[in-house]
Amino acid sequence: MTAEADIRSRLERVGYVADRGLATAMQLALSLRRPLLLEGEAGVGKTATAKALADALDTRLIRLQCYEGLDATSTIYEWNYQKQLLAIRVREHDQVTADIIEKRIFSEEYLLRRPLLEAISLERSPVLLIDEVDRADEEFEAYLLEVLSDFQVTIPELGTIEARTRPHVILTSNGTRELSDALRRRCLYSYLEFPDHARELAILRASMPDLQEALADSIIDFVQQLRREDLEKKPGVAETLDWAAALCGLGIKDLRDAPSKVAATMICLLKTERDLKAVPKETVSRLAGRAA
Amino acid sequence: MPAFRQGTDAEIAGRIIGFIRHLRNNGFTVGTEDSGRIADHLAGRPLLPIARICMEMKVLLTGNREEWRHFDELFEAYWLPAGRVRTNSVRKSSPHAHNPHRQTRVWRDHLGNQQDDPGEVGPKIEFEEAGQDVCGEASGRLVAARQSVNMKADLKHFTDPDEIRAAEALALRLARAMRYRLSRRRRASANGPGVDLRRTIRHALAKGGEPIDLFRQTRPDRPVHIVVFLDVSGSMKHYSRFFLQFVKGLVCRWLHSEAFVFHTRLIRVTDPMRDHDSVRAMTRLALMAEGFGGGTRLGESLATFNRSYARRVANSRTVAIILSDGYDTGAPDQLSAELERLKRRIRRLVWLNPLLGWQSYAPVTAAIQAARPHIDHFAPANTLESLAAIEPELARI
Repeated sequence: MTAEADIRSRLERVGYVADRGLATAMQLALSLRRPLLLEGEAGVGKTATAKALADALDTRLIRLQCYEGLDATSTIYEWNYQKQLLAIRVREHDQVTADIIEKRIFSEEYLLRRPLLEAISLERSPVLLIDEVDRADEEFEAYLLEVLSDFQVTIPELGTIEARTRPHVILTSNGTRELSDALRRRCLYSYLEFPDHARELAILRASMPDLQEALADSIIDFVQQLRREDLEKKPGVAETLDWAAALCGLGIKDLRDAPSKVAATMICLLKTERDLKAVPKETVSRLAGRAA
Repeated sequence: MPAFRQGTDAEIAGRIIGFIRHLRNNGFTVGTEDSGRIADHLAGRPLLPIARICMEMKVLLTGNREEWRHFDELFEAYWLPAGRVRTNSVRKSSPHAHNPHRQTRVWRDHLGNQQDDPGEVGPKIEFEEAGQDVCGEASGRLVAARQSVNMKADLKHFTDPDEIRAAEALALRLARAMRYRLSRRRRASANGPGVDLRRTIRHALAKGGEPIDLFRQTRPDRPVHIVVFLDVSGSMKHYSRFFLQFVKGLVCRWLHSEAFVFHTRLIRVTDPMRDHDSVRAMTRLALMAEGFGGGTRLGESLATFNRSYARRVANSRTVAIILSDGYDTGAPDQLSAELERLKRRIRRLVWLNPLLGWQSYAPVTAAIQAARPHIDHFAPANTLESLAAIEPELARI
């Protein structure tokens, strides 16, 4: 069995259906120990990939959600100020020198580990997911580069903390801005498309094994066709699963049976007002008719 | 590359280096360490199926979506020379790829590269003929582009280097005026609203743990983002060339900026505008600018933007600047609807209209009427002075 098939089957066991390209990328990232940058539209399963990888490797997932204004204190470490203040107060009447207090309150006990520091100080390599890295500022990106290349963090009061183990890093980007070439070059790259019919069907079957085969097939047909419509926000894989669950909950056995019910469930797939208006009941029954 | 020392291995190493050069020629950013990495990766293992090698190289060598999309073709073109690659290699040998200098002459003066003499007609004609002989369809494009340059060539005062430099300087000032705005991030300052606990405690130690000096932090200013839409339709031909300079200055100076030109379609031109290699920049613009000087469909162009780019480009700190005369051949309803959608994604919409500076002009066209309610700032832009006059307005954003 090749390494790639191996990672695929491990992912499959935790309920994640990877295509060959993604499996190759993951296997390379694991064997070369390099970060993997995943890009693609919202809803193609970038974040789920990291979760599945953590499950497959049976290790922890540490997630760092990026946003504009994210800085070192919320990504690497922070001192527990309240606790430090208390410690100073408590020791006020002891005859101890400032030196001793300082040593004490700047020890690991008072350190709050944020995701990046935590990821490099675990015994077993975790999966570090840096989600939507494009939302963070360029300054943070530059800092991230440093951490990702050396895997060490310097805290002025404590000294340099070296990584015990190297985390498996997965970065995701929605493309809200261009990432720097330096970051791109440091990572392996993979662009995720929406899954094709067979793969999405496999995903649906993996998450809802009880679903009738004919219904599952027509659900996927429907969603795949819906993605071809002119929409503001194309439904992602999670939306497909939601919708399938909703249809099951409503006891719908065939998409053609209850057009108004099916049309009402469109809120699971279409998330903006304009999209809902763009897909009226007639379109729904047309797509449903073609799908079945 | 120690992995490849003799025999066939050495040949493969040569081929890999050739492949990497091939990628670079096609605009990939591939470093030397990448070639070493590939060699290491392929060495000492049984040869894999070609599809799998392609997949692995793709993961290793691509860095963005464009590269990801084109990799398979380039891989086939290089490694499987008998396949459908033929068309690719033919394209590669066209004067397009091989003679960048020839086509750039056409664009050199369009972008205001001063050393070009406008009277230098002979060589251009020569180029035109050569182009038609050799590369058929591709040369047609260049001829079209060249003609639209000629349409602008009589505007002598816009080819004046001083004026171009003034426009660029103004774009820089405009950029500076908008440079720093609100942010969520904090930094240390003398008298901000929030207490900087870290520094306060650090200094409290020296006072026996008493936080006597309170250090504060504040929010540093952060840059706004700019999206420029430049109208390059026929009615704007007297201005578009000058504005192109203006937009170029803005986009080069400004990290968070995107530039689009539109006539009947919308084209993103940020990357060619930003290209440091001016020769390559002009080549790329030339290829994109097919149809310069046609009609205007602002509504449709904005629809393209809203559909394909807005999610990535626009946010609550974005200022959109439209440079257009408002002579739109599209439906006013559509324009209004698209502007409304655009407005929901951005902070401010500025419309710079060169005709507004004319004495007898009144903005009564249907398009302008439809757009008016959505515009935050509507200003003339027919002279450098009028552009300078909008600076304080933009600084208030």
